[in-house]
Amino acid sequence: MTEMPLLEIDDLAVNIGNEPLLSGINLTVAPGEIHVVFGPNGSGKSSLIKTIMGIPPYRVTSGDIRFEGKSILDFPIDARARLGIGLAFQQPPPVRDVSLSALGKALEIDTDRIAAEAARLGMTGHLNRGLNDGFSGGEQKRSELLQLLLQRPQLVLLDEPESGVDVDSLKLLRSVIEQLFQRDRPIRERTVGGIIVTHTGAILEHLHATRGYVLVNGKFMCSGAPLDIFDQISANGFGNCLAEARIKEKIHDFLKE
Amino acid sequence: MTSSKNKLDLRKVGYDESGETPRSASFLIEDDTARVASSSERALVMASIRQARVDYPWVRALEWSLVDPETDEFTRIVAQHPDPAGNFIHVKEGAKIRFPAQSCFLLKADRNEQVLHNVIVLEPGAELHLITGCTAASYSNVGKHIAVTEIFVRAGATLTYTMVHDWAPEVEVRPRTEVIVEDGGTYLSNYIALTRVKHIDTNPLAVVKAGGTARFNSIIYAKAGSYFDVGGRVRLLGAGARGEIVSRVVATGSKVISRGLIEGGNADTKGHMECNGIMLDREAVIHAIPELKATYPDTELSHEAAVGKIAGDQLNYLMARGLSEEEARALIIRGFLNVKIDGLPASLQQVIDTMIEQAMAKEAI
Ligand SMILES: Nc1ncnc2c1ncn2[C@@H]1O[C@H](COP(=O)(O)OP(=O)(O)O)[C@@H](O)[C@H]1O
Ligand SMILES: [Mg+2]
Repeated sequence: MTEMPLLEIDDLAVNIGNEPLLSGINLTVAPGEIHVVFGPNGSGKSSLIKTIMGIPPYRVTSGDIRFEGKSILDFPIDARARLGIGLAFQQPPPVRDVSLSALGKALEIDTDRIAAEAARLGMTGHLNRGLNDGFSGGEQKRSELLQLLLQRPQLVLLDEPESGVDVDSLKLLRSVIEQLFQRDRPIRERTVGGIIVTHTGAILEHLHATRGYVLVNGKFMCSGAPLDIFDQISANGFGNCLAEARIKEKIHDFLKE
Repeated sequence: MTSSKNKLDLRKVGYDESGETPRSASFLIEDDTARVASSSERALVMASIRQARVDYPWVRALEWSLVDPETDEFTRIVAQHPDPAGNFIHVKEGAKIRFPAQSCFLLKADRNEQVLHNVIVLEPGAELHLITGCTAASYSNVGKHIAVTEIFVRAGATLTYTMVHDWAPEVEVRPRTEVIVEDGGTYLSNYIALTRVKHIDTNPLAVVKAGGTARFNSIIYAKAGSYFDVGGRVRLLGAGARGEIVSRVVATGSKVISRGLIEGGNADTKGHMECNGIMLDREAVIHAIPELKATYPDTELSHEAAVGKIAGDQLNYLMARGLSEEEARALIIRGFLNVKIDGLPASLQQVIDTMIEQAMAKEAI
């Protein structure tokens, strides 16, 4: 592909304080591509996503993150958002004093558009409530996707967009995710790409994601076709990848000595 | 109309001289002279207290029947004043006044001490929305506003009382207010102060009889150099009485003491208090003093208080949507101050909303 990649993560290492959290992360997302990150709880998936968005306290200790060829490491969060990076948080914080409609107004988004998208996501009744304040798990997920629909990001980062969502809502979320990734357009015309963190294969079915990775202890292991990886995890758990991780670590330690 | 030279737009404190906003009655006092006292409703008397003492001699018996003149040096100043000015409002039994009544206390002369005594009476079953705006004619005014206000909400009556303070940096303000809420009556107070003032201390008391309700909402944006000692006290003395105190304070380079006291003194009484404060800088001080006092076993009293800076994760979240840190901060403050008040007519809620917008707009500069 001659096109400029949307996102390039280049040998990235991230600390929290002085504790290493992620290392050796490489990932390139071209327009139209969806990359899927699996991994056990606590392996660093959300940390990776938030690092791309520039959210503290994650500290990049080496490597680079580029958006359309330009390093964004020095960009504050809002600058990254305005470049076209959008994040659906796994656990959005309650913002009691700001409602979805107040936020929409502050972002100068057309109120009719807000109303229409909210209706589609069944969030009309939540428009004037404090954001995420007392929202159920499913409502939080719909609210996050609603905000991304309104924001129309070019690089879409979805952190477990379907966890805790019931079967009926899942269908709705899937169609919204397909829309975010322009699945209604021919492949060549797609300009949006992104990363999805997930534990289930359910949302991947019609997305034709590009590649999957398993994050273990802050490193990518077992990359492959997303649905293959998912099947493998479903059958064997993360065991195989953990074993691979352990072997790699041993080799690494051996080479160091 | 006030004097034609007076270009001051009193709409900023909710007082409309233009007649554009429907008002049932108007009262305007300049320093200690009543300039306007008019009512378009037979059932609603809007008068100067001096006139009322003549026209309705029974008013004298109400004066000092709630507030003790010996409360402090400021009540004493009012008590010792030979003829304090002030506002008298009377709503006849069962009269439900549709449009809000408005009053305004204006400090006009420089270095003046305004001494007032106000009496408000809602007879049984009456209803009134009242908005009072207090302001100084000039930002450079030096002055004092000392006011005793006694409010009588008779059985089954409802008063919503919105008080807007927009003083000047060198003004001192000492309102002393007591309210009696008789059986089944409702008193709802909204206090809004969003501009710089030298000193305000006021801690109104509502005594609530059986089945009555008293609520105090305060919205305070304490700008640099301001000192506020404000709050509300509710004594639930009748069975089934309800009380609520909600205060929202934003402080920047200022000191705010935010008080609240709810006393549960009879069967099936319930009271709740919420004191929340946002600290904007190192120079600010917010001292929240929520107090609950039970003097009867069958009472349910609770409070929440939270004071601190704006949470970083909230700012980050809003920034991830594309707002700058400053925009995110302003959005949170605006929402924090903009509590929607149940039972308030839309036109008065709008006064409050506009005030908050203006206070925020000034801050953005
Ligand atoms: N802000 C933080 N402060 C301290 N530790 C954190 C923070 N964020 C994540 N961690 C730690 O980093 C590890 C990875 O967390 P996370 O990225 O949320 O994992 P995942 O999303 O894969 O479940 C966990 O051990 C977690 O406790
Ligand atoms: Mg996570």
